[in-house]
Amino acid sequence: MERRLEGLSASPGIAVGMIQPLLLAEGQPRKDAPACEEREALHAAIARVKADLTRLSGRLSGIEAGILGFQIALLEDPELVHHAETRIADGLPADQAWIEGMAREILHYRDAPDLHFRARADDLADLRDAVLQALRAEPGPPLALKAGGILAAEDLTPSLFLRMDWQQGSGIVLGGGSMASHVAILARARGIPMVVGVGKVWADLSGPVLVDGDAGIVVAAPSAVRLAQAKASPVPAATVDDGSGPTLTRDGHRIAVELNVAALSDLDGLSPELCDGIGLVRTEFLIEHALYDEDAQFEAYAQLLHWAEGRPVTLRTIDAGGDKPLAGYSIEGERHPFLGLRGLRLSLARPDVFRIQLRAILRAAAWGPVRLLLPMVTAPAEVAAARAHVAEVAAALAGEGTRFVVPPIGMMLEVPAAAMAPGQFAVDFYSIGTNDLAQFACAAARDDLHVSTLADPRHPGLLAMIEHAIREAQALRRPLSLCGDAATDRATLEALLAIGIESVSVAPVFLPRLRSDIRQIDCGMRDRP
Amino acid sequence: MRQEAALLREARDSAELTNAVGLHARPSVKLTQLAKGFGARIEVSTSADGPWTDAKSLVKIMRIKAVQGETLFVRAHGADAVMAVNAVTDLIRRNFGED
Repeated sequence: MERRLEGLSASPGIAVGMIQPLLLAEGQPRKDAPACEEREALHAAIARVKADLTRLSGRLSGIEAGILGFQIALLEDPELVHHAETRIADGLPADQAWIEGMAREILHYRDAPDLHFRARADDLADLRDAVLQALRAEPGPPLALKAGGILAAEDLTPSLFLRMDWQQGSGIVLGGGSMASHVAILARARGIPMVVGVGKVWADLSGPVLVDGDAGIVVAAPSAVRLAQAKASPVPAATVDDGSGPTLTRDGHRIAVELNVAALSDLDGLSPELCDGIGLVRTEFLIEHALYDEDAQFEAYAQLLHWAEGRPVTLRTIDAGGDKPLAGYSIEGERHPFLGLRGLRLSLARPDVFRIQLRAILRAAAWGPVRLLLPMVTAPAEVAAARAHVAEVAAALAGEGTRFVVPPIGMMLEVPAAAMAPGQFAVDFYSIGTNDLAQFACAAARDDLHVSTLADPRHPGLLAMIEHAIREAQALRRPLSLCGDAATDRATLEALLAIGIESVSVAPVFLPRLRSDIRQIDCGMRDRP
Repeated sequence: MRQEAALLREARDSAELTNAVGLHARPSVKLTQLAKGFGARIEVSTSADGPWTDAKSLVKIMRIKAVQGETLFVRAHGADAVMAVNAVTDLIRRNFGED
């Protein structure tokens, strides 16, 4: 019998496969065994996790690899298992001894006064779970997904996502989660269909399921008819590639297509020839573990510039807060996180972190065409304050004799009041963030399943607001582009091109479809120079 | 006799943590990796008279949770003690190569 679960689309595409529930550290507790056997089992489990992380870190780069390097170095230190070994000698099974030993270490960090040290508790908890799984589970890579498997879980952390061995045809079903979470962005970047918010029933799923990431539904025990329909549905976007060259509408208008990037690995296997640059780097993900590490940030930005081969790279300063908490940085427990201390507001409240990032960005700008983008700008005074930080950082770099360039500075238009008055801000370019602008203009939170569909990107009022911003930007001769999920929907894209959008930025997985959509759209000659 | 004297060699020095994050993940990994390259027993402390922590153990070094502005005292015992202390304090003074 078919059973249909309603959720929310977090990453598009359709996947069919067998359910694989993610039950962390839920293996069978170990039975008592002689201490020497338990000790051996613990060391074998640690060696397995270490080998697993080493293999994984070889596939990652920059900061992602750096995080794993730290975890690997911890596993190499005999001190990490010291307490567990003592408890094993006392007669405890290896898994319990390990949990006890790690609890002491984790507690140590959870209580640290320094926020940055506190965030390290997560690294240790990650390690604890990985070793525990290796100790309790059947042999084999603990987090490998069978080819074409559908992962079902209550929620998924970005680090777990990165550890998984995602195969083509995989899909994700989450009981909770959010379409705007870190994991949703990672899933979209890798082209893995994902449906979130199906509720507690995820735990009852078993056998074959169909994940419809376009419609936001999950079908358990899908009928033969439905499976045939799924197979007959249009080929996934990523497989329709049309080569390089400029992207023109059917009536010959040049539309710049750029990429939204959250990690260097998003660009794996992608040629820069296919795009006009990187329109949005979500640095809150790219450098989330290097907030205080200027060199690591510089290195990450430089690698993006290297990939882009002379095309512009738009570095958006840390856009944390709201639905993107950043351990040790954003504040917790806000009553209205989307309307709270987030984006540039948080950067200005944390000048220590902001200045490290500005230093790294100005240094990187000496090596290629960087654009500096400020998120969640509301008032002209915020831009002035950010510019003052840039000027001071530039003066300091000049004083040290460090090579730097002050790049063009732009702002996101995602607060309606700012979108209606872009000319009031002292910026060089604009980028419209459709996700936030839609939820604010329509007063419908995008993480609230009851109302999120009201945040319609084609609402005539929203389109009028965007058109107003386009006209003001044109009058000022300042470039304006659009990043956000709106451009990935054909009908919305058509409406946006009709009101004069000439530059759009999407996640790499949507790029081929975006290019082919643009080529089929006749945007009319209106208001075009 | 000369060999014995060399083995008993001891050295100490100190340096202030001036990098922004103190003895955090990356600096700690660099410190322990450097320390492991020496034969000498190397220990660090945030006070001139201890308690002393094994500089070759990342877990122990992280437990110190030393922050910016603290002074790190370094002592070493062994044939290459002088070289080891110089290398470690140099790493600290260079902000762990982070800027």
